[in-house]
Amino acid sequence: MSILKLHYEIDGEDFTRAGEASASVKKRLRQLGVKPDATRKVSIALYEGEINMVIHAHGGDIDVEISPEAVRMVLADRGPGIENIDQAMKEGWSTAPDEVRSLGFGAGMGLPNMKKNSDEMQIETVLGKGTTVTMAVYL
Amino acid sequence: MSPLELAQKLNLSILNEGEGADRELKGIYCCDLLSIVMGRAKADDAWITVMGNLNSIAVAVLADTGCIILSEGMQLDAEAASKASAQGVCVLSSDLPTFELSRKIAEAAGL
Ligand SMILES: Nc1ncnc2c1ncn2[C@@H]1O[C@H](COP(=O)(O)OP(=O)(O)OP(=O)(O)O)[C@@H](O)[C@H]1O
Ligand SMILES: [Mg+2]
Repeated sequence: MSILKLHYEIDGEDFTRAGEASASVKKRLRQLGVKPDATRKVSIALYEGEINMVIHAHGGDIDVEISPEAVRMVLADRGPGIENIDQAMKEGWSTAPDEVRSLGFGAGMGLPNMKKNSDEMQIETVLGKGTTVTMAVYL
Repeated sequence: MSPLELAQKLNLSILNEGEGADRELKGIYCCDLLSIVMGRAKADDAWITVMGNLNSIAVAVLADTGCIILSEGMQLDAEAASKASAQGVCVLSSDLPTFELSRKIAEAAGL
């Protein structure tokens, strides 16, 4: 397996398409014969990140690199940034607006799920400029 | 037991058949908040929820649940129905409340 690079532009307005990038990556991993456990970890971590970009940051860009050793994911947005990362990482903390809560979001479990399902995770954020989340799942 | 066998046994409505004949249910999970489901549901669970929107279909695909079962007579909205069909997600529904439905499924499927 050589290194495969995938790029997705995430539309921040279009809720009907949220999750498509993650579903597409999942499909590729399956085709490549990646183990179901690792595939599921990538799917969950990436979906939570993708949804956060749509709900909290008006969309952005996702880059995924699949190598024999790991799946590396970079999610970059130009949203409002995260004021307090420690607080955002706490289970149950959410600033999700009511209209997305009625769709089932806003439990404040997305970032904790990303942490739990990735082997490496890093958040860089600048208020008013945007957030970049980098994650890796080892294969 | 497969989702379709379960549907026949309990007289559940089949909103989308998808992979319903091919999957084997291994557990039951009930919750409506999507990122809790993402964190807690296991692959091949029968996921019982009242959320019949597009995002539920995405969660079922990515968390790899065995099927979605809508309780309380909830229906899929049109966008969700077409996504379920495109992604092969089995979606069933019942008029029963979540607890009653879970109890019956546990009995019927021996879970
Ligand atoms: N990309 C982002 N840009 C700006 N803020 C973010 C971003 N991602 C997360 N946050 C902030 O961190 C909080 C916690 O995120 P988390 O994903 O854990 O929960 P949530 O998205 O609010 O709800 P859930 O993911 O459970 O549906 C969010 O409510 C939001 O305030
Ligand atoms: Mg989230």
